Amino acid sequence: MSGKTNKVVVLACSGIGKVYGAIARETTYELMDRVRPGVVVTTCLPLLVIEDSDAKKLITDNPVITIDGCPKSCAHKSVEAQGVKPARTYQAINFYKAHKELKPDGIAELDENGRKLAAIAADELAQVVDELAAGGGK
Amino acid sequence: MITLEVLKVGIVSCSGEAIPEGTLSRIACRKVLDELRPGEAVTICLPLFIAGGSEEREFAAKYPTITVDGCEKRCAQKSTEKLSGKPARSLLIPEILKKHGIDAPTSLRNLRREEKAAAQVVAEEIARTVDEVLNA
Repeated sequence: MSGKTNKVVVLACSGIGKVYGAIARETTYELMDRVRPGVVVTTCLPLLVIEDSDAKKLITDNPVITIDGCPKSCAHKSVEAQGVKPARTYQAINFYKAHKELKPDGIAELDENGRKLAAIAADELAQVVDELAAGGGK
Repeated sequence: MITLEVLKVGIVSCSGEAIPEGTLSRIACRKVLDELRPGEAVTICLPLFIAGGSEEREFAAKYPTITVDGCEKRCAQKSTEKLSGKPARSLLIPEILKKHGIDAPTSLRNLRREEKAAAQVVAEEIARTVDEVLNA
């Protein structure tokens, strides 16, 4: 084992139509800004749609976690469309199913429940991030 | 008998999770859909052009489309052109901000008060473009 700490790429749903897209994004920002700053990075999902070379290299060189907001699974499928298998895939609605006391609302901006739910989800994903960063996923 | 169909405009927004202009674009587009032109505009999640099926790819054929991009990479415009159809109009957030003398946003989340005001200005610009497309 090299001891190298990888970056872990977290890609969120891009949706602007459903609350769980917003939960996916907020969870990603929580991971980047508070839970694992310096380890978790993200990129714009649409960059994969236009096959941007930098975005493609980022997901090729590092383990990827996708968080989708609906069953169409755009984040997951967009990574696979580049020939990359995500290390872990999540549906944001399952964060709510595990914490039904926090029913989220809001699309452009989440309400307090939504922000709390995303913070909890990010805390719960921290262990997975650590495993992947330590080389457990790629 | 003449059938009058109520025409709607399709808006494809940059989602830009990694840039503040993407957040501004998402919030401005939702304002257009929910507050400024409700019932006159619809949207689609941009990655559905790849992840979805033929119905999603027909979006720009079904609706005259406005793309709103957060940076010069123009993911919304390019994706729509490549996978769905030629947009009726293509807007760029930095150009709108420059036109109104507004500084670029710096927040990825939790927009500051002045950034929320910028989102309103951008939304009004998009709404005017919706009117132009509907009246063209």
